Amino acid sequence: MRHLISPLDFTTEEIDHILDLAADIERRPERYAHRCDGKVLATLFYEPSTRTRLSFESAMLHLGGQVLGFASADSSSAAKGESVSDTIRMISCYADIAAMRHPKEGAAMVASLHASIPVINGGDGGHQHPTQTLTDLHTIRSIKGHFSGLTVGFCGDLKFGRTVHSLINALSRYPDMKFILISPKELRIPDYLRENVLEKKGIPYEEVTSLDNALPKLDILYMTRVQKERFFSEDEYLRLRDLYILTREKMSLAGPDCIVMHPLPRVNEISVEVDDDPRAVYFRQVNYGKFARMALILFLLGLEEPGDLPESL
Amino acid sequence: MLYITGLKEGIVLDHIKAGMAMKIYRYMNLDKLDTEVAIIKNVRSSKMGRKDIIKIEGGLDRIDLDVLGYLDHAITVNIIRDDKIVEKRSLKLPRKITNVIHCKNPRCITSIEQELPHVFVLSDEEHEIYRCAYCEETYGTKVK
Repeated sequence: MRHLISPLDFTTEEIDHILDLAADIERRPERYAHRCDGKVLATLFYEPSTRTRLSFESAMLHLGGQVLGFASADSSSAAKGESVSDTIRMISCYADIAAMRHPKEGAAMVASLHASIPVINGGDGGHQHPTQTLTDLHTIRSIKGHFSGLTVGFCGDLKFGRTVHSLINALSRYPDMKFILISPKELRIPDYLRENVLEKKGIPYEEVTSLDNALPKLDILYMTRVQKERFFSEDEYLRLRDLYILTREKMSLAGPDCIVMHPLPRVNEISVEVDDDPRAVYFRQVNYGKFARMALILFLLGLEEPGDLPESL
Repeated sequence: MLYITGLKEGIVLDHIKAGMAMKIYRYMNLDKLDTEVAIIKNVRSSKMGRKDIIKIEGGLDRIDLDVLGYLDHAITVNIIRDDKIVEKRSLKLPRKITNVIHCKNPRCITSIEQELPHVFVLSDEEHEIYRCAYCEETYGTKVK
């Protein structure tokens, strides 16, 4: 049985296959509308989330399946002190597949060790968020057509931003990538990512503080929110949250094909006036995310059928 | 000169860095053994200048070589039978250690679920870096 806990759990071939499937679902949704009839997805969300939970639920419903679960730790047995491993053993009796978000790092991995159904990590603290990575990869491939030879700028909270860590890990497996990491000194990427991924693989990267200087060089700008819930100190959060705000004026520094992505929710790091810019793709990303999760559910449940991926793809 | 009685059957942990024997003793839980254990500190050594030695009465099943390898893989394990060294074992860093060190990351799942084993996996042999199997927090080897 397969799980998706870290973006590197799948080979690049498997990722490409899931993205092909996502593209086919987007093109021919009727073909997949009843593929999960009789199947149940459990959404175990110990931490508030609108987007990811609804994306999973929408994905399952669009495949004909059903969903059950909880949307906060308060409304689950975790409030009574039940462990993740006990909860997933119980859920394994009710559902065919589970998507889980938890504030503690490694929680989804613990669940996968005790589950008898596939477990999808929907975010474990500041650690990994592999389905956002699938979403991001599907967005990039759908718009740019490929992954190689791209210069990707990550801006904002690169220390606690799990979507950033996961995407850097995933993109590092494709050739000729270059990263520009734009953040204050306090929110730079963790050492392990710098040493074990970027330096070990010899991937060119720059760590800079100026968004303005980086913008003209980018094929993709990946903006992130400084996440209040990752800080133990309110003062430090307030000091760092307004450092990078993307405005229409700043967008004039970016090239005509530079796309702006954001895992959402946004607070104030992208001004609403940028939303109308055709290069701003963060709302389209949400749609790509639904198709990526639909493909992932089919892949993990083994519900693909011959003819799902026509030769033309 | 200080004389320690010889071992008829047992293990001698040799080439322990001077001053580290007590840490090894604690991490290896040698206080739990009901056999003789001798700690010899600051022994003159031609290779190391000074070194510590631990002598343990009994078979090799009394110590966990993986834990010892994590603590200091430069230690030599001499196996004694009938007052003679019958085997010298060198140690290496273990691929995985369980419940030897504990993850200190307050965001790790192990911080709230007490029953979980604390598992660390060797991620960088050259720099002797281990990572928590759950949250990937890094830890170096402890007693160097």
